[in-house]
Amino acid sequence: MNPFRTLESPIVGLPRANIDTDQIIPARFLTTTTREGLGRHAFHDWRYDEQGAPRADFVLNRPEHRDARILVAGRNFGCGSSREHAPWALLDAGIRVVISSEIADIFRNNALKNGLLPVVLPEAVVDTLLAQPGLRLQVDVAKRRVYWPDGEHVTFPIDAFAQTCLLEGVDELGYLRAQDAAITAFEERRHAA
Amino acid sequence: MSTPRTLFEKLWDAHCVREESERAPAILYIDLHLLHEVTSPQAFTELAARGLKVRRPERHKATLDHSTPTTAADASGRLAYITPQAEAQVEALRANCQAQGIELFDWDSGKRGIVHVVGPELGLTQPGMTIVCGDSHTATHGAFGSLAFGIGSSEVGHVMATQCLLQRKPKTLAITVDGRLPAGCSAKDLILHIIGRIGVAGGTGQVIEYRGTAIEALSMEERMTVCNMSIEAGARAGLIAVDDTTIDWLRGRERVPQGEGFDTVARAWRQWRSDEGARFDAEVRIDAGDVRPTLTWGTHPGQVVAVDATLPKAAPETVGALSYMGFEGGAPLAGQPVDVVFVGSCTNGRLSDLREMAAVLRGRRVHPRVRMLVVPGSDAVKREAEAEGIDRLVREAGAEWREPGCSMCIAMNGDTVKPGQLAVSTSNRNFEGRQGKGARTVLASPASAAAAAIAGCIADPRAYATPPAMAEEATA
Ligand code: SF4
Repeated sequence: MNPFRTLESPIVGLPRANIDTDQIIPARFLTTTTREGLGRHAFHDWRYDEQGAPRADFVLNRPEHRDARILVAGRNFGCGSSREHAPWALLDAGIRVVISSEIADIFRNNALKNGLLPVVLPEAVVDTLLAQPGLRLQVDVAKRRVYWPDGEHVTFPIDAFAQTCLLEGVDELGYLRAQDAAITAFEERRHAA
Repeated sequence: MSTPRTLFEKLWDAHCVREESERAPAILYIDLHLLHEVTSPQAFTELAARGLKVRRPERHKATLDHSTPTTAADASGRLAYITPQAEAQVEALRANCQAQGIELFDWDSGKRGIVHVVGPELGLTQPGMTIVCGDSHTATHGAFGSLAFGIGSSEVGHVMATQCLLQRKPKTLAITVDGRLPAGCSAKDLILHIIGRIGVAGGTGQVIEYRGTAIEALSMEERMTVCNMSIEAGARAGLIAVDDTTIDWLRGRERVPQGEGFDTVARAWRQWRSDEGARFDAEVRIDAGDVRPTLTWGTHPGQVVAVDATLPKAAPETVGALSYMGFEGGAPLAGQPVDVVFVGSCTNGRLSDLREMAAVLRGRRVHPRVRMLVVPGSDAVKREAEAEGIDRLVREAGAEWREPGCSMCIAMNGDTVKPGQLAVSTSNRNFEGRQGKGARTVLASPASAAAAAIAGCIADPRAYATPPAMAEEATA
C-alpha cells in the first residue's frame, strides 16, 4: 500500500443518507475474480440510463467534478454488505476520501485496508459541505485535519493504528505475520487447556 | 469474586491473542472461517502473490451459493450459469480449495447450500467459537453463542494466512425482548420491528445480545433469523446465550462430537451466557406483545410498517423511498399489487420457514399475476422439505421449486426481479436494485410472503392461518 499523508482536491457531494454497498457497486458486477477495473461500475445504476448511456444529471458524470477525489455523502454511508468491491470501485473511480457524518463499520474497515480514507465529521459540517460542491479541501492524515481554503479546519477521529498504517503505507497482513510466535503460543495454550 | 462479564466479553477474552492498546488493535483468534465464491478469489490471489499457505486449512470450510444457478443441471450435467465469469468464479474457488487443502461443499457433496445455513446444520457452528466469513450475514451464527461477524476480502486473506484478525473491541448493546409474540407473528416480524425501533445505524460499532423471555422461547431457526439481520441495524454481530434449545438442536449433527463426547462438550458450552449483573454499554427493551406482522415499505430495512397500518406520510425523510417504491404516503400497504414472491435466503430459507410458508399455501393457489420462487437454503433443507411433500405443495400451488442458493436475495445468478416489479421477499435487504435493476422489494416473513402470493397483493397472513377446507367447515 502506498503511504497516504495529505490530499488536496475539490469535493463532490451525494446528499443522500444510507447509501448502501448495492448502490456503490451492484451485486451483478461481483462475478469477478480480480479487484481491478471496478471503477466503471461505481454507482452504476445511478450513473447510467437503461441504454447504458451516462446520465448527464448525475453529479459524478459532470465534467466539473471529474477531478474530485473527495466524496461527501449523507449519513450512514457504506451500509449493507461486506463486499470490499465497494472501496475498490471507489478507488478505481478516483475517490481517495469519503466524508460523512456516519460510516458503516465493515465499509470503514475495508476502506482503510485499501488506502481509502473514511472521515467522519459532525452532520452540520457535512451539510455545509454538501451545499458547496467543488469546494477545495485539504486533508492531512498526520494532523487528523480537514482544511478549508481559508485555513479554517476541523479535526476528525481516526484510530491510531489505522493512521500509522496510512502514513507509512503499512500492510496489515505483514504486521499480523510478524506476530506468528504469539499466535502459535496461543494455539498451544488452548490445546493444552 | 470476579466482575460479571457479558457473553461478548467472555468470547472476546477467550480469543484474545493480544489485548488492544491505544497504539494497536487486539489480535483475535478465529476458530472457523467460512468461504464462498464471491469474496474469496482476491484473497487467494493475494496469498499466492506472497507465496503463503493457509495456516490451518481444517478451520476453513467453503461452499458455493451466491452466483450459482438454482435450476437443475441438464441431461449432460451442465449447469446454467448466468455468465462464463460466474462459472469461472466457482471454478476458481474449487481450484483454490484444492490447492490449499480446504474442504469444499461442492455440487455433488449433498451438503452444499447458503453458507449461513450450511455451517449450523452441519454442526460446524458451535458455541464459544469465533466465526468469520466474507459476508455480512455471518451474524447468523451468533444464535449459537458464538462471536460471528462479516469481513472484507483483505481480512479473508488475513485469516487464511494467520488464523487471526486485527480488531478494535466493539461496544455491547442488550436488546431485551420480554412478553410473548402474538399468534401469526414470527421471528422475522420481530427483527423487522426491532430494526424499525433502533434504526439502520442503531447498532453501529456494537455487538447486540438479544435476551429476555421472548428470545428464550424462540427455536434455533428463529434465533438465526433474528441474529441474521443484526447487520441491518448496523451491528457487527448478534448474540444469543446458550441454553437447552441450543444444545438439543446441535445433538447428533454431523460435525459435533457424538455420544458421551457430546455431553462433555455440551456441559462446557453452557458457560457461554452473560453473567448475572453483567453491564452492557447500552440497553433497549422491546415488548414482544407489540409486534404485528411487519413488512418494509421503503428502500432500507429500517423503513417498516405493520401489515394493517398505513404508510408514513410524505416527508423529507420518506419522499425518496416512497417515490422509488411507487407508493403514496398515508395509503395502506395492504392491497399493493405484487408481481414476484421469493421465499428463501439465509434469513428465511430453513425448513421451519418453508413449513411456515406451506401452512399458508396449503390447499390454495398462487395468484395468476404472481411469479413465486421457493429456494431452499441448502441441499439438506431441500431433502427434508421434499420428504414432507413441501415441493409438491409448492408446485401444485403454481410456484417454482428450485435448487439451493442465494438466488433472488442478491440476484447475481440470473434470478432477478424485473425493473419496476414489486417483490415480496423473505430475504434481508430492500435496497434499490438489490433484487435486480429497478426492482422494488418488500421484506416480509414466509407467512406474509405466501399470503401475498395467494392474494396477488400485500395481505395480512393472519387471514390465511387456517387451511381453506377447514375454514369452510368452520363457517358451514
Ligand atoms: S442469502 Fe442473501 S444475504 Fe444470505 S448469504 Fe446469500 S446473498 Fe448474502
